[in-house]
Amino acid sequence: MKFDHPATDGPADRQNVLGKPHKRIEGPLKVTGRAPYAYERHDVAPNQLVGYPLGAGIAKGRIVAMDLEAAKAAPGVVDILSTLDMETLPVAATNVAPLFGGDEVRHYHQAIALVIAETFEQARAAAQMIRVEYAETVGRFDMATADTEDADIPNIGDFDTAFAEAEVTSDHTYTTPAQSHAMMEPHASIAQWQGEKLVVWTSNQMINWAKKALVTTLSLDPENVRVDSPYIGGGFGSKLFLRSDAVMAALAAKKVGQAVKVSLPRPFIFNNTTHRSATVQRIRIGMAKDGRIKAISHENLSGTLPGGAGEDATNQTRYFYAGDHRKFLNRIATMDLPESNAMRAPGEASGLMALEIAMDEAAEAAGIDPVRFRIINDTQVDPENPERRFSQRHFIECLERGAAEFGWAPTAPAMRREGRWLVGQGVAGGYRGSPVMPSGARVRLQPDGRLIVETDMTDIGTGSYTVLGQTAAEMLGLSLDKIEVLLGDSAFPVSAGSGGQWGATSSTGGVYAACMALREQISKQIGADADTVDFRDGLVTAGNRTMTLSEIAAGKEIIAEDKMEFGEFRKEAYEVATFASHFVEVAVDAYTGEVRLRRMLAVCDAGRILNPITARSQVIGAMTMGVGAALMEHMELDATRGFFANHDLAGYEVPVHADIPDQEVIFLDTADAASSPLKAKGVGELGLCGVAAAIANAVYNATGVRVRDYPVTLDKVIDRLPMPDAG
Amino acid sequence: MTDTTRSRSSVTMTVNGTEQQLDIDNRVTLLDALREHLKLTGTKKGCDHGQCGACTVMVNGRRVNSCLSLAVMHQGDEVTTVEGLGSPEDLHPMQAAFIEHDGYQCGYCTPGQICSAKSVLEEIRAGIPSHVTRDLANVVMNDDELRERMSGNICRCGAYANILAAMKQVAEETA
Amino acid sequence: MKSFSYERVATAAEAASALGRTKGAKIIAGGTNLLDLMKLGIEAPDHLVDVNGLGLDKIEETAEGGLRIGTLVRNTDMAADARIRADYPLLTRAVLAGASGQLRNKATTGGNLLQRTRCPYFYDTAMPCNKRKPGSGCAALSGASRQLAVIGGSEACIATYPGDMAVAMRALDAAVETVRADGTTRSIPLDQFYHLPGTSPDVENDLAADELITHVTLPAPVGGEQTYTKIRDRASYAFALVSVAVIRHSDGSGRVAFGGMAPKPWRAEEADAAMAKGAEAVTEIAFAGANPTEDNAFKLPLAQRALAKILHGKGE
Repeated sequence: MKFDHPATDGPADRQNVLGKPHKRIEGPLKVTGRAPYAYERHDVAPNQLVGYPLGAGIAKGRIVAMDLEAAKAAPGVVDILSTLDMETLPVAATNVAPLFGGDEVRHYHQAIALVIAETFEQARAAAQMIRVEYAETVGRFDMATADTEDADIPNIGDFDTAFAEAEVTSDHTYTTPAQSHAMMEPHASIAQWQGEKLVVWTSNQMINWAKKALVTTLSLDPENVRVDSPYIGGGFGSKLFLRSDAVMAALAAKKVGQAVKVSLPRPFIFNNTTHRSATVQRIRIGMAKDGRIKAISHENLSGTLPGGAGEDATNQTRYFYAGDHRKFLNRIATMDLPESNAMRAPGEASGLMALEIAMDEAAEAAGIDPVRFRIINDTQVDPENPERRFSQRHFIECLERGAAEFGWAPTAPAMRREGRWLVGQGVAGGYRGSPVMPSGARVRLQPDGRLIVETDMTDIGTGSYTVLGQTAAEMLGLSLDKIEVLLGDSAFPVSAGSGGQWGATSSTGGVYAACMALREQISKQIGADADTVDFRDGLVTAGNRTMTLSEIAAGKEIIAEDKMEFGEFRKEAYEVATFASHFVEVAVDAYTGEVRLRRMLAVCDAGRILNPITARSQVIGAMTMGVGAALMEHMELDATRGFFANHDLAGYEVPVHADIPDQEVIFLDTADAASSPLKAKGVGELGLCGVAAAIANAVYNATGVRVRDYPVTLDKVIDRLPMPDAG
Repeated sequence: MTDTTRSRSSVTMTVNGTEQQLDIDNRVTLLDALREHLKLTGTKKGCDHGQCGACTVMVNGRRVNSCLSLAVMHQGDEVTTVEGLGSPEDLHPMQAAFIEHDGYQCGYCTPGQICSAKSVLEEIRAGIPSHVTRDLANVVMNDDELRERMSGNICRCGAYANILAAMKQVAEETA
Repeated sequence: MKSFSYERVATAAEAASALGRTKGAKIIAGGTNLLDLMKLGIEAPDHLVDVNGLGLDKIEETAEGGLRIGTLVRNTDMAADARIRADYPLLTRAVLAGASGQLRNKATTGGNLLQRTRCPYFYDTAMPCNKRKPGSGCAALSGASRQLAVIGGSEACIATYPGDMAVAMRALDAAVETVRADGTTRSIPLDQFYHLPGTSPDVENDLAADELITHVTLPAPVGGEQTYTKIRDRASYAFALVSVAVIRHSDGSGRVAFGGMAPKPWRAEEADAAMAKGAEAVTEIAFAGANPTEDNAFKLPLAQRALAKILHGKGE
């Protein structure tokens, strides 16, 4: 099925099940510990051996020798997989760093060996016995001095002249640090070969990408690979791509002729897998006296291993605010740090951390309230191509509604004091595109009237099980308890997968398409015209005939499969995006500079909300991640040795319960017919976009100290914060 | 007396009400004994270093990180895991409240959160103070206390606000 | 983690004798730090002596009017003990500022005193570290050092002592009681218990190889207003950037000890004497000769500000 024009009203608009606050259908399994995650699948393959990895202890160079003797002789060790056993494995299109093989070390903790043993304890002990001799070479670990390439971004008008002539200007440079996804479930896989066929039970957001990457990396026939990942303990982009756990498990299982399971040890994950690159961003805004933006420029620098794309923090600035003269520069530094790649809201998360402080500074320079400043610089068209409109854009409503609900009333900086606390408010805008991907599904109407939905879509905590169930229930006129949703198996139709906040929009489209096909088939079976058949309350009505779905499927299950493909009109005619306003209140300890959040509000313009419970959870979760980005998260680069030193969950601090205050979320619930058949858009990444800047702006409002280098830790505040007087 | 040649030991403990006798490698943590030997995989391994709380279980009624404890050190102990609290058909009130308030997303930290949440309410009622207790002589139940005491359980999905709501509901129901 | 043998002992004498008798033996109590380090291969005992059955899990009153805390008293129980809450609130506050509820339920008094640094280079076995591998060098000196020591370190090591409890105990003039395999016991003032790194950062304390902590004694209560402030990047469940333990009397005199600043709980008695003059005077003396890195220089003003906060009566 092709989505080639804006949606008209149809069965999904009934909103009997969709749009309702249904609790997660897999909830009982999760809260009782019965939902099986990758490493726990004792049942899928007999006699599972355990693999424990070893990572390179240098960032760049070659392995001269690896002494495996002691490890091989250690109790319980079955075999050892060594990177020296093979050439560097081919790199899949979705990966940057090779995942295994060869003597070249390209980054710290690159996987170089896997001990395969009868037990975890034996494998770990033996891995610690391996001695490696390296020939280290000089790496490029400093972004400021590394060679760069410029990505091509169109410039509009004449920025330099317009900025030079602007009546009010703002010109500052901001930095964001490298960040780690730090999902709670480590990367893990169990691999088993059945002859030429490989099955990998793993934890992956994108089943089809993982399958394709396995095919490329291990030179396999696609027919011979199955990937299964029904439960995923968080991803945030870290599990978008095939990683070393799956590759090593597969290689090891082949080598020993037995199933092997591998979980990446937590201290290994930070440098072995991917992270969000650090950025340096210069933003210049030139305005008329009335605060209207005339010229805007965003320059970005980020780093990557050779062949990667870095972190393009300029993207949202191309679309978010008006201004006739626009200049962009995205510089990508080639470095020898671990692979930088996508993390939740890649580009926008970092870009808005900078842009939305810059907007605060520009508003101040123009002497305009920052909410008002954003409102007057709103645009309803793509600033680069005014012919193209936003399919919908309710950003002004986000700001106005948010200001009213929040009680937006900031004082002048550093003017509100409550005891030892300096109190301030901050605001930021959020912008994130709402892309879509083709997505397929199969639906199977059972003789007992239940409906089974099968798709390789994943649920990484986003609520896919529930919203796909709701979609099917709505389409067939069933209650949600009649739907069984099966996900994450590459044996099912290929879906959009979970990434780029495209998952729900796209995969509900796929289930919609499959359900339309099923309605068609059922109609045909009962000899009716599908357009005139009504599906409601488990009943099918065609003219004056009414039957139950179980009667129709009584003899044999009815199976339908289809795929939703999204037409070019969506991109050509429109910019489909999501918008938010974030409001926060902080208190800063006047003595120590410690920042404590008091309350947070997000107002989201993200299309029709499929399930207000799971959508809200996505947003509060993203707000929480934004707190981390604002106040604590930073991978500490050791630029001498080329690795991230704080590589565990004690060193890399993410927010804990005590950091998070009352959070409120308002959805404008704006059905966007140009986006998808369900008129939905993404929301999971939007919630992160702008949060950190709102907090940084609130810290400025509280203290008068402007911090432009994230995270806004107390050391960056106290050096400019006057010591309070006694008494 | 000291047998320094034996790298294995036998240990008997009660897990979720069932006596379990294990003859295991001394190196096996309580967490891995549960997950790998008893196949009770509800208890999660998030970091294996006491830095995340996903492995939280109750030992003799107290919550602990099962990753930082050797199984052989639990001779005679009573261990309760998330599986022992309730089943999908017969949920513990805290499990039901997590569903009700969407106190989770990916579900991986959830068993640990639930074990901690149950223990936290008991700890407050037992008058055990915390970092945010204002008056050490008078421990009260409030949002700050719940947040502080739950801080050893990281949820990267960020369900904290909903977990708090679930705990408050159970606290009120059982007040 | 290499293979090890394991035994449970019933008395302190047996434990000390097992330490003395068995090469590569180590005591395990709560295990919350030791197992963490064993998993990484940083600690590699051949034999573990489980002391949890020793019965040293009581807090008794001493003849001098103080308290004698058994080495196996769990952090949770120490913090909750009514006498400690009432008479040594500084200690309750410090213990509760550390770790998490789960960890405090396991962690013991003796084990807490012996917890090792969180320096990232100590934790990464691919890195040089004189504490972990004497003579291999110190990567932290040219690496990530935001958490590390600003005073008391050496050319060989700038690791910090990470704990909270011992900082309060240092301010309270606590002493550590021990027993050795031959049955001799001694009491070591906390200040002398910890060693500065000098040229041998692997030697962190005064314990002999066969020596076991049995108790910590607290002198009679000193009264005063007792405040423990811990500053970190997130609100809980994190090691201190800086912590300050203050006992302050109504006449302005008092004591102060700092955590997060040095390889051991940091207290300078001559700095205590300056308390009435304010935070700047105290920290100037306490941190005279400090040698911070670019990454951790902020700890010096932070320590001063944290102390000022307490001295201004805003430490709650």
